[in-house]
Amino acid sequence: MATTQPSVRSLPGTQADSVRKTGSSATNRFWSQVALYGLAILTAIAFSLPFFWTVSSSLKTAAEIRQIPPTFWPEEIRWANYPDVFRLAPFARFIWNTVIITSLAMIGQIISAAAVAFGFTRFRFPGRETLFFLVLSTMMLPWQVTIVPQFLLFRYLHWLNTFLPLIVPSFFGGGAFFIFLLRQFFMTIPRDLDEAAKLDGASSVRVFWSIILPLSGPAIATVAIFSFLQHWNEFIGPLIFLNTEDKYTLSIGLRYFLSNPFESDEPREAILMAASLIVAAPSLLLFFVAQKYFVRGIVTTGLKG
Amino acid sequence: MNLSISYSLNRSGKDGVYRMASGVSSRRSWLGSRLQRQEALEGYLWISPWLIGFLVFSLGPIIASFYLSLTKYKIGGTPEWLGLANYQTAFFDDPLFWPSIWRTTYFSLASVLLGVLLSLLAAMLLNQNLRGKTIFRALYYLPSLTPVVALAILWQWLLSPQQGLINYLLSMVGIPGPGWLTDQSWAIPSIILITLWSTVGGGRMIIFLAGLQGVPKELQEAAEMDGANGWQRFRNVTIPLISPVILFNVILGVIGAFSTFSVAYLATSPPGGPNYATWFYMLHLYSNAFNFFQMGYASALAWVFFVFIFILSYLQIKLSDRWVYYEFS
Repeated sequence: MATTQPSVRSLPGTQADSVRKTGSSATNRFWSQVALYGLAILTAIAFSLPFFWTVSSSLKTAAEIRQIPPTFWPEEIRWANYPDVFRLAPFARFIWNTVIITSLAMIGQIISAAAVAFGFTRFRFPGRETLFFLVLSTMMLPWQVTIVPQFLLFRYLHWLNTFLPLIVPSFFGGGAFFIFLLRQFFMTIPRDLDEAAKLDGASSVRVFWSIILPLSGPAIATVAIFSFLQHWNEFIGPLIFLNTEDKYTLSIGLRYFLSNPFESDEPREAILMAASLIVAAPSLLLFFVAQKYFVRGIVTTGLKG
Repeated sequence: MNLSISYSLNRSGKDGVYRMASGVSSRRSWLGSRLQRQEALEGYLWISPWLIGFLVFSLGPIIASFYLSLTKYKIGGTPEWLGLANYQTAFFDDPLFWPSIWRTTYFSLASVLLGVLLSLLAAMLLNQNLRGKTIFRALYYLPSLTPVVALAILWQWLLSPQQGLINYLLSMVGIPGPGWLTDQSWAIPSIILITLWSTVGGGRMIIFLAGLQGVPKELQEAAEMDGANGWQRFRNVTIPLISPVILFNVILGVIGAFSTFSVAYLATSPPGGPNYATWFYMLHLYSNAFNFFQMGYASALAWVFFVFIFILSYLQIKLSDRWVYYEFS
């Protein structure tokens, strides 16, 4: 197995040459493979250890979590930390709020980004390129620049401490990233299909709904996944726009624990870890189920952007 | 006339639409024919959600924040015209302004340089046709999925000076661990560490990996035949070919780093760290806007940031002419 990548060569003991198959080069190749796998595994450990530590900590008792030196895996498992998350805070409420906001915002983002992308790929109009350039440039616009007037606008509309500021903007374009991603995909759908439908008298709404959307399954799935992650994990919006406990989302609700007074037999850190895991679990699961859509989505925006 | 065109269009088939339409446009102004007018109108209708959203949630607020930045505005009152006084306050009187900029710059330089470099190295490692490559890729990617609040809570625990795993591991090899997030001089390095853990294997690495896979094998082999060693091939073949991807990652990385808010806000207590150690620019903006409700001053801070990011991105794109290589230009 000859590697053509230069980084292998720069590792010690890798003068292996795929052309010369002498004994020593085979040995060198073996060691370079060992070094490579060693490096890959070490990196994997560095990335995964904190996760392992979270899981392990989340199951510890009050005594064990404060123990020095710490145990790698709890000697006595305290499952109660997970029910405690729900007992100590209205966590079910936080989950429900987050589900509502995430699902409505996702619907808005998918539909409106698809419609806008359809407009940019299937119609010619003056200023189309300029407007699309504007779409892309909003990707580089930091949220901080617009947050104050947005806050004042939502305040004026009496939308503060409601879910509306977190949902409604999603229905207006759905974000440059998704418009771009869908546009790239729509451009690969042959125009013959929609032209044929148009000749049969189909309106553009019909072309969009019964031709473009059904053919865009993978792209829509990618948008749906990233849209889910964005809203499920959103922190700044809820922090600024929501201010009573009954409206909190999971990300704001997690912070609630930090200030929660714990009883002495309740392992504070363990319960915090359990709560964090509950919040992170859907995203992690989603990744395992739909890994290829993640990669596709990232690559589309990164390479063609 | 128009009627007959659309009639013949319907008969001439799909390609005819474009041939006819472009024929018409050469004779008339762009919006000459009714068909084109209609197509344009429909196009605008389809993109109208974005157009409205852009005006209401982006362009409008940008303009509004510029106006506000020239006023003194406390929520509930009326804006009081100040001229450039807010900017003057920021540059000359606000004791937290410049320190927060230097802090943010220190953090951004370190986290972008290290982050881009490590992501590239990780991508190169994954590009070696390792067995179980998808598993490695998944493991590297997972940290980037951690919600930011969980990230902050998790790392506060890992970096806890007495009970944290990191200091325990360090003590096993005989190194006394620092106070990390609770120590004024270690707070920013801690935030850099957290940021690296959660971003190195993320989207940036995936983009690099795709870029590396796009480097033609023949070019590598040709360079090898010409006697180029590993470093030379990396330097003169791989780097130029993936330079557009590097530029993309650097520009977005810089914007992201300078806008850092959540991790610094959440991982240190009080938010912003011991003695303002992690009081980044965005924390300064946030606290002026939403703790002190100084909307005018916060808008001025936002505009300073906006102009700064604009200039920075512009310079990066300009300077990129010297090192970014585009195959087809």
